[in-house]
Amino acid sequence: MFSEELEKISWEETSEAILSKTEADVQRALGKEHCDVDDFMALISPAAAPFLEPMARLSKKYTEERFGKTISLFIPLYLTNSCTNSCVYCGFHVSNPMKRTILTFEEMENEYKAIKKLGPFENLLLVTGENPAKAGVDYIAKALDIAKPYFSNLKIEVMPLKAEEYKALTEHGLNGVICFQETYHKANYNIYHPRGMKADFEWRVNGFDRMGQAGVHSIGMGVLIGLEKEWRTDLTMLAYHLRYLQKHYWRTKYSVNFPRMCPSENGGFQPNVVMTDKELAQLTFAMRIFDHDVDISFSTREPAYIRDNMAGLGVTTMSAGSKTDPGGYYSYPQQLEQFHVTDERAAADVEAALRKMGVEPVWKDWDASFDLIGK
Amino acid sequence: MKKLIIAGREFESRLFLGTGKFMSNELMEQSIVASGTEMVTVAMKRIELGDQEDDMLKHIVHPNIQLLPNTSGVRNAEEAIFAAQMAREAFGTNWLKLEIHPDPRYLLPDSVETLKATEELAKMGFIVLPYCQADPTLCKHLEEAGAAAVMPLGAPIGTNKGLQTRDFLRIIIEQATVPVVVDAGIGAPSHAAEAMEMGADACLVNTAIAVAGNPVEMAIAFKEAVIAGRRAFEAGLGAVSNSFEAEASSPLTAFLS
Repeated sequence: MFSEELEKISWEETSEAILSKTEADVQRALGKEHCDVDDFMALISPAAAPFLEPMARLSKKYTEERFGKTISLFIPLYLTNSCTNSCVYCGFHVSNPMKRTILTFEEMENEYKAIKKLGPFENLLLVTGENPAKAGVDYIAKALDIAKPYFSNLKIEVMPLKAEEYKALTEHGLNGVICFQETYHKANYNIYHPRGMKADFEWRVNGFDRMGQAGVHSIGMGVLIGLEKEWRTDLTMLAYHLRYLQKHYWRTKYSVNFPRMCPSENGGFQPNVVMTDKELAQLTFAMRIFDHDVDISFSTREPAYIRDNMAGLGVTTMSAGSKTDPGGYYSYPQQLEQFHVTDERAAADVEAALRKMGVEPVWKDWDASFDLIGK
Repeated sequence: MKKLIIAGREFESRLFLGTGKFMSNELMEQSIVASGTEMVTVAMKRIELGDQEDDMLKHIVHPNIQLLPNTSGVRNAEEAIFAAQMAREAFGTNWLKLEIHPDPRYLLPDSVETLKATEELAKMGFIVLPYCQADPTLCKHLEEAGAAAVMPLGAPIGTNKGLQTRDFLRIIIEQATVPVVVDAGIGAPSHAAEAMEMGADACLVNTAIAVAGNPVEMAIAFKEAVIAGRRAFEAGLGAVSNSFEAEASSPLTAFLS
């Protein structure tokens, strides 16, 4: 399990190593066709900041080699904002006095139909809070069943499950799982997630092993930028985690996310660090140079001009037209969001903007009939 | 330098030797000693099984050396399993280099039969080191089937052509959770050094030493090359000049300023 590997890596030593990287380390990494985690550390280090343009060129080259000039588009649907966790930075945390919604099966289907009117979406991400009693595995299974006729690729972003539960969901058409570790800094993780099932760091970080063991086709990982001041160290841990997973669960496809938290306007959680656009670009290029094949996903938390310009330079997957409240597309359009969407453009506008940048938006790259093979 | 560990056994030397093709058993023994190797393969078909006085074996057996019987000559999994059981009895070791080549011309390993045999033999308690194609997917399958290491080829046996499969070896090394021993095709010390610089855990050399003008000197050269390559890998190689320096006419990151 990865938690055992993580224990062997010192956070402090990693942070120091990143900061002591030199221009020579960066040049060495750029000269290699295949980088290791140590090279990745050089590429995200402050020493690499002056190399932004050559990094962009290299990142673009690798991205085009592996993905072509395309961006895969998906749309999230929040099934519920009911949650028993108390993540200090999340709008849905348990002690926030707000109306809680769990979509009924009928409401779900209305949402699916409404999404299909927004664009030819085939990649759907179903999102829930953590409330296994009211929206547990059976509920998710039913949501997948109902979604199946409408979409060819179904992913979930829910609480970590047991391996056999992931396996059971694949029988209901599950193609992928996204789960954010949020941060790999264990002590601070416990501060950000004080109560509820999410407070168990090991259960969460080893959830990826369980997904791998269950044979989940696609695994999405993520660090929330804004929790840890030393975001470079956090991303290095993610890089170690990615390599570990690729080695052990080699049949699986991986994606990475590193969304930047926006400062709260209503006195809520304020990010501990604000990552600049240039730093985000550097990190994205570094990730692509480190791993030519991993999907890099940008959500609507990022502003439109960043998303449009970064498409083709390293990013390969994007959400579009997203609502981050349950039933936001049809049933309850005015509810409280989990986080504020920065890129509020309609899916069709995102599509047009991408085309203008010379990138082809891809709506479908899986067929549900493949899931039936061998069943 | 880090020690190599296979199935719990530590090795100081990362050079494995094959014992075919030498002019004499005496020369073979001198080469083995000079190379500093701690792992030596021996083809079962070459040995008079049951004869403690077998001349070839007498020149191989050494307290520091792990004997690695190989199944060279068998053509399928069934024969390999039979040969393995005989080897265990004859040599008193459960270490095994699994080699299945139905094709007598190029001696290329049969992926399908090798995978089958690895699974069976691992279940029977053998420490299986399969000789295989430089096929990353196959190597993962072998690992899952219980192989203690994988031994992908650099080039066809005996060709001395070096790492013709380098792009695939690189992926195998990156993905492996068991040691990777580059086997077959290594024809010069520089080839061995290259494999070690890439991060291979060990190299197996036979023909290049056995048929050299001076096998003992060549054994020393390989010993030094393997050490140099490994040392370089652990030290971290320097920058290779790349085309990233070339300036694009309009900067890609202008939108950030």
